[in-house]
Amino acid sequence: MIFVFFLILLMLVGAVAASIFRDLISAVIAAALVSLAAAILFYFLQAPDVAMAEAAIGAALTTAIFIIAIRRTKRYEE
Amino acid sequence: MGFLNNYIYYIGAFGLILIGLYTILVKHNLIKVIVGLGILDTGVNLFLISVGYITKGTAPIFSRPGIDSEHMVDPVPQALVLTAIVIGVAVLALALSLAIRLYQHYGTLNLRKIREQRW
Amino acid sequence: MRRIISILLLVILAFGISLSLAKIPFGTPKTKVGRYYIDEGIEETGATNIVTSVVVNYRGFDTLGEVTVLFIAAIGLGAVLTGSGGEETRKKQPASLVLYTGCRLLFPLILVFGTYIFIHGHLTPGGGFQGGAIIASGFLLIYLGCRERRISQRASKLAESLGGLIFVVIGLLGLVFGSYFLLNFLPKGTANAIFSAGIIPIIYIAIGFKVGSELASIIDNLIEES
Repeated sequence: MIFVFFLILLMLVGAVAASIFRDLISAVIAAALVSLAAAILFYFLQAPDVAMAEAAIGAALTTAIFIIAIRRTKRYEE
Repeated sequence: MGFLNNYIYYIGAFGLILIGLYTILVKHNLIKVIVGLGILDTGVNLFLISVGYITKGTAPIFSRPGIDSEHMVDPVPQALVLTAIVIGVAVLALALSLAIRLYQHYGTLNLRKIREQRW
Repeated sequence: MRRIISILLLVILAFGISLSLAKIPFGTPKTKVGRYYIDEGIEETGATNIVTSVVVNYRGFDTLGEVTVLFIAAIGLGAVLTGSGGEETRKKQPASLVLYTGCRLLFPLILVFGTYIFIHGHLTPGGGFQGGAIIASGFLLIYLGCRERRISQRASKLAESLGGLIFVVIGLLGLVFGSYFLLNFLPKGTANAIFSAGIIPIIYIAIGFKVGSELASIIDNLIEES
C-alpha cells in the first residue's frame, strides 16, 4: 500500500516536470516516466493485458517517435 | 487514512488529467502541447481501469481448472482501454508529422509567432 | 491573462468533478454485463482469457473500427511526409562492431518473443496489439543499432494489407455460414489448448502482423532523410 502511494506521487511529480522543463528531450523522458509508473499501477489494479500494452506502446514507441520528431525540428523551447 | 486508502487512485488519475489540460492551454511550443495531450490520454485510461476494480479481486483469466470465479475484476473496461491506448499512439504520430511540416514551412514552432505571421 | 483564466477554469473543473466522484465508491461491482461475460465466457467462446473474448468475439466490430483508425493514421502520416526529406544530411558515424553484432543477435529473439505473445493470446495475458508492438520494437532496434539497414517497403505494405484483408474476409465468411457478421463458426475445441476458441487465434494472428508492420512503417517514414 505504501508502494502504491509512492508510485502515484512519482507519477504526479513526473507529469509536473514534463510540463515545466525547457529542454524538450528532458520533457519527453519525464513523460516516459509517467507512462512507466502507469504501467506498474495497471498491474496492481489486476489488469495484466493493459499493463503489457501500456509498457510496450506508451513507454517505448511513443518516446521513440517523439525523439525522432524533435531531431527534425528544434530542441529547445521557442 | 481510510479516505486516502480508498480514493488514492482517483486522485492520481484526476491529477494527471488536470496537469495535461494545463499544459495544453498555457504552453506556446507545439511539441510541448503534444506531450500534454499524451499525459491527458494516460490519465483518462488510468481512471477507466480504476473504476472497474473490485476489492480483493483477481485478473479475469481462467488459468487453472479449479479457479474461483466469484471474485474477478470487471473485464469490460480493460477491453475498452486496450483500444484507447492504440488509438492514442496513432493520434500522436499524426500530430507529430503535422508539426514537422509546420516547422518546414514557417521556420519556427512558437504558436504566437505563427499566428502573427499569418495575418 | 491567459494563465489566470485557464487556472480559474481548472479550479472550477476540479471542484465539479470531485463532487461527482465522491458518489462513485471505489471497489464495488458496478455493471451486470461483466458478470455475464465471466460466467458464460468459456462455454460460448472457448477462450480462457476473458478480456480476449470480449475484444475479439463479443465486441469484434469495435476492434475492426480501431484497426481502421490505425490504418488511416499510418497512411496519413505517409502522405503528409512525402517529399520532405533531404534537408541537411548530418554526417553519420558507422556503428561500432559490438553494437552491430549485438543488435543482429537480439533481433530474431525479439521477433520470436512477439510471435509467442500473439499466438497465445487466448490463453495467457497478451494478444495481437501487444505482440505487434513488441515486433515493432525489434525493428526500431535495427534502425538504431545498424544504421544503414532499411526494411523493404513492398514487404511491409504487403503484410499490412494481408492482415486487414484476412480480418474482413473471416467476418464475411461468418455472414455466409451463419446469421451475422463475425460469427464464430469454427469448432470450439477443448479449453487451454492452442487450437481452440474458433476464429479467435486466426484473427489475433492477422492483427499481430498488421499492427507490427504498421508501427514499423510509421517509424520508417519519420526517420527517412534522403
